[in-house]
Amino acid sequence: MEDELAISVRGLRKAYGDNVAVAGVDLDVHRGEVFALLGPNGAGKTTTVEILEGYRQRDAGEVRVLGVDPAHPDPAWRSRVGIVLQGIGEFDELTVAEVVRHFAGFYPGADDPDKVIERVGLGAKAKARTHTLSGGQKRRLDVALGIIGRPELLFLDEPTTGFDPEARREFWELIRDLAAAGTTIVLTTHYLDEAEALADRVGVIAAGRVVEVAPPNRLGNRQEALTTVSWRTPEGTLETTATATPTALVAELAARFGGEVPGLTVTRPTLEDVYLRMIGH
Amino acid sequence: MTTTTKPVTPVAAAPGARRLGAGTLALRQGRLEITQFLRSRESVVFTMLFPVVMIAIFASIFTWEITPGVRFTQYFVTGMIATGLMTVSFQNLGIWIPIERDRGVLKRYRGTPMPKWVYFAGKVLMVVAIGVAETVLLLAVSAVFFDLHLPSTAGRWLTFGWVAALGVTACTLCGIAISSLARTARSGSAVVTPVALILQFISGVFFVFTGLPGWMQQVAALFPLKWMCQGLRAVFLPDSFGAQEPAGSFELGRVALVLALWCVIGLVLCLTTFRWTTKRDG
Repeated sequence: MEDELAISVRGLRKAYGDNVAVAGVDLDVHRGEVFALLGPNGAGKTTTVEILEGYRQRDAGEVRVLGVDPAHPDPAWRSRVGIVLQGIGEFDELTVAEVVRHFAGFYPGADDPDKVIERVGLGAKAKARTHTLSGGQKRRLDVALGIIGRPELLFLDEPTTGFDPEARREFWELIRDLAAAGTTIVLTTHYLDEAEALADRVGVIAAGRVVEVAPPNRLGNRQEALTTVSWRTPEGTLETTATATPTALVAELAARFGGEVPGLTVTRPTLEDVYLRMIGH
Repeated sequence: MTTTTKPVTPVAAAPGARRLGAGTLALRQGRLEITQFLRSRESVVFTMLFPVVMIAIFASIFTWEITPGVRFTQYFVTGMIATGLMTVSFQNLGIWIPIERDRGVLKRYRGTPMPKWVYFAGKVLMVVAIGVAETVLLLAVSAVFFDLHLPSTAGRWLTFGWVAALGVTACTLCGIAISSLARTARSGSAVVTPVALILQFISGVFFVFTGLPGWMQQVAALFPLKWMCQGLRAVFLPDSFGAQEPAGSFELGRVALVLALWCVIGLVLCLTTFRWTTKRDG
């Protein structure tokens, strides 16, 4: 009987000497979900993810990833988990196709290497040595190596750092494709728009703890938070009001001005506002 | 996006999917390592040509005969073969593994279902392939241009085979072991090169071993290179030369024993000290 949770974490702790990197993290990721871990540098994001990936040992806590304790990774578990690392040119002398084919051989249920190369958008570069790839193309190769084994669960650590806006959009499409095919995805990111665009739920980590977990549009009670309405008075000064009933206020203003309200803006707190408040700014 | 779960689509294994066998995994890894080696021009030139250039220099300087009918080349080729084998195994791995560790190659492999031993098997296959190619090239050049007499009996070739095999095994294991001493990619060659160079000087590669000070011979006798050279002298020099060795014979039994002991030491060090991650990876 398969667990419906892809990841379950209770009371996870990890310290490096006196520096407590992870101070009691609880987390559940459902199967088929895209989950984003958001947090400033040094908040414990990477340490948490590396423990889940089976790269790092924890000091305390209960962790299950696809029903297995990642402290003792075995090849069967490894073949179900994909990891997109930030490569820095490890296989300079090999071509894209050679590297992807080689890694395909490690997985019993590997995808067709040519198909995967095409899918990450490196079809034209298949025969190029990897050291000739641009930064964005190298990240695509990293993704190809992460998904070649057709993983049930895919980890992406800051996948679009250094991408130009167009490359990011294309990358997001790729992630949505994988998610639509049923892959559970855990990504860490600095980019709020990325979390908002991709994630079903966002977990915010600050100072080694999960501060909140919610869908991006509900984070920090964003939907229930007061909305800021501002407009210009007939005298030309800017009036600003925070209200729980912005629609009623706008209707009243419209009636008062007899039509268009000069300089009207209605803003809900952005994810960034909420996020910055949560991590203590 | 208000739901937190989506219908779960199980990822079915491809029809006929199966894990590759151990032998296939090792051969693929070996092929990958050899391809990478052959495509990095500096390692090819340095590893393959260095012993050839050295023997050319020595053979041109020392043109006289040690005894009638035995040229100096016959002595120096043993040191060059041993050095070549040590370069391709000990130095090559001691320098490259820290670079791969630093660049995240080891981390990348560890994130796959590849069994850990496959990485080492790939390295061993590369070392053996390059070692054989480089030794054959050295012997061919020496025989054609510098009048080297190749071993004339099956027994000598057999000795050549086991001395080379044991020596390469010991040096490979020690190379993997010493790779963990380097903390960064750059420090690999700083750790390995002086060790290799000193061993070459005290083990009779550049000088006649018996002409070295006694204490130096004693120190050299603790390490594998001296015994590789000595075993190879039994292959390339007349039997009568055994009397000039420190112990009065080529001591093939002791050569085997010391090299086997270094294999054990190297293996234990590999198993106990090998690091898959850098310090900053944790």
